[in-house]
Amino acid sequence: MRSVIEIEGLEKVYRSGVRRRNIHALDGLDLSVAENEIFGFLGPNGAGKTTTLKILTGLLFQTSGTARVLGKAAGDLSTKAQMGFLPESPHFYEYLTSRELLDFYCRLFRIHKASRRKKVDELLASVGLEHAADLRVRKHSQGMKQRLGIAQSLVGNPKVLLLDEPMSGLDPMGRRQIREMIRKLASDGMTIFFSSHILSDAELLCDRVGILVKGRLVDVGKMADILKPRMGLFEAIASGVDGACRERLEGICKRVALRDDRLHLEISGEDNLREAERAIIEAGGVLDSLSRMRTTLEDHFMEFLKPDEAAK
Amino acid sequence: MRTWALCLNTFRETVRDKVFLVLVVFALVMIMSSRIFSFLSVGLELKIVMDLGLGSISVFSLLIALFVGTTLVHKEIDKRTVYTIVSKPIRRYQFIIGKYAGLNMTILVNMAIMTGFFYLSIWLMGGSWSLDLGLCILLIYVEIMLVTGLALLFSTFASPTLSAVFTFLTYVLGHLSSDLKFFSEQSENIIVNIFGKVFYYLLPNLSKFNFKNEVVHGFAIPMDSLFYSIVYGLLYCALLVIVSSLIFERKNLR
Repeated sequence: MRSVIEIEGLEKVYRSGVRRRNIHALDGLDLSVAENEIFGFLGPNGAGKTTTLKILTGLLFQTSGTARVLGKAAGDLSTKAQMGFLPESPHFYEYLTSRELLDFYCRLFRIHKASRRKKVDELLASVGLEHAADLRVRKHSQGMKQRLGIAQSLVGNPKVLLLDEPMSGLDPMGRRQIREMIRKLASDGMTIFFSSHILSDAELLCDRVGILVKGRLVDVGKMADILKPRMGLFEAIASGVDGACRERLEGICKRVALRDDRLHLEISGEDNLREAERAIIEAGGVLDSLSRMRTTLEDHFMEFLKPDEAAK
Repeated sequence: MRTWALCLNTFRETVRDKVFLVLVVFALVMIMSSRIFSFLSVGLELKIVMDLGLGSISVFSLLIALFVGTTLVHKEIDKRTVYTIVSKPIRRYQFIIGKYAGLNMTILVNMAIMTGFFYLSIWLMGGSWSLDLGLCILLIYVEIMLVTGLALLFSTFASPTLSAVFTFLTYVLGHLSSDLKFFSEQSENIIVNIFGKVFYYLLPNLSKFNFKNEVVHGFAIPMDSLFYSIVYGLLYCALLVIVSSLIFERKNLR
């Protein structure tokens, strides 16, 4: 499958303060995103996610390295015509209504007057903002602004969509709506590259993720490979056990927690699992559920942050 | 079409930011002044109203150019509205030209309405308007276009406060540049001579747009001076927009 985004040895150095100290926001980033992929670009605050997106959209210029979108240098006019971008916590002209704002963006894409009205109506409907078409942006909630941001990123029917923290500031309902929208756009053939620090959203959406720490890509992989079962680790829920049994289980299991009169157990190794089962049955209890523990994206993410945290 | 869209949007922004409230103040100044001077200065009322009217058009337009022009680019970056525009298929120089043209359009409409009030005041005083009066206002507009260009240039790299200070200083020195050159030539100090020349050739010569005295006292504006001033003003504006675009082309929009 052809690459839609190709980044090689990308470096960005900012100069900050009176002494013009160099700050490496990106430090030799290599990355490639395939066509029709949902790629999650993850990392803690200050890792360089937004800097990468801004270079890809032509807002920033790299210090060295190359960034190509759809085969052309980032910032190229023909590339920008086929690309949509949602900045983090987007800001718009507050004196305009949603309709006027989208009409303005349509003009930047040279969409003819005859088709602009229809296009704007379609965009407003696609993000569920028909009711706010004539409402000034200054009266929009954060969620409405985010949806308006997605609508403006779709004005030019882009082939590739770059979203910077698309779920930030949204309530669970809003996050779900945006997730569904992203899935639908991907099913329509769009390539989606989004940055996030909300790992659960990335886990639910992405085909692949890359983890960026201090301007370096420390890991990249398919979600199916990352969320694999963890060998020899089990989680179980037991009910109807007494205090003595609980004490016995605490000696066997890695972790024991009582929630809603049920014991939640984390067990390491098959021998311990068999022994825990025996203890529960002997105490007259019931093993309500048993499953292999899986690696979450958060576990995976934290592995790369640990050395950094330790250094702190 | 892209530049035009940006231009129209800048115009709409200034209208919705109530920049045109300036017109209400102007109308009040004109109406009040006609009343006051008709009592105070027997025989000279019309000249005073003309002088005051041209001065007011100039000052109010300058205020718009200063206060709106100096925030033109900085506000877009500060409020992060620029991100969703520059990431669209537009060239950065189109953004600069669009913003510049939009503000000039606002000032043009503003000046046209002020001129309407001004002519009304003259008519109420029993006077009549002439072509030279219109040409004098046209030259004020070219001068304000140039000041807007200066404000735009400074706003591409400095904060609004600094841009306003730089623009106002350039405006003042621009009106004094001929005098600076004259006085520096009188000096025997070579450094003063050089500085005088540098200032004269680098700063815009804004006195070339000032024909208020001629018009108020009934003298005709020399056509060759008028033509030269307009061409000079437009070329200077083009230069300022080009330099602003070059700075903005290389700017990292953080």
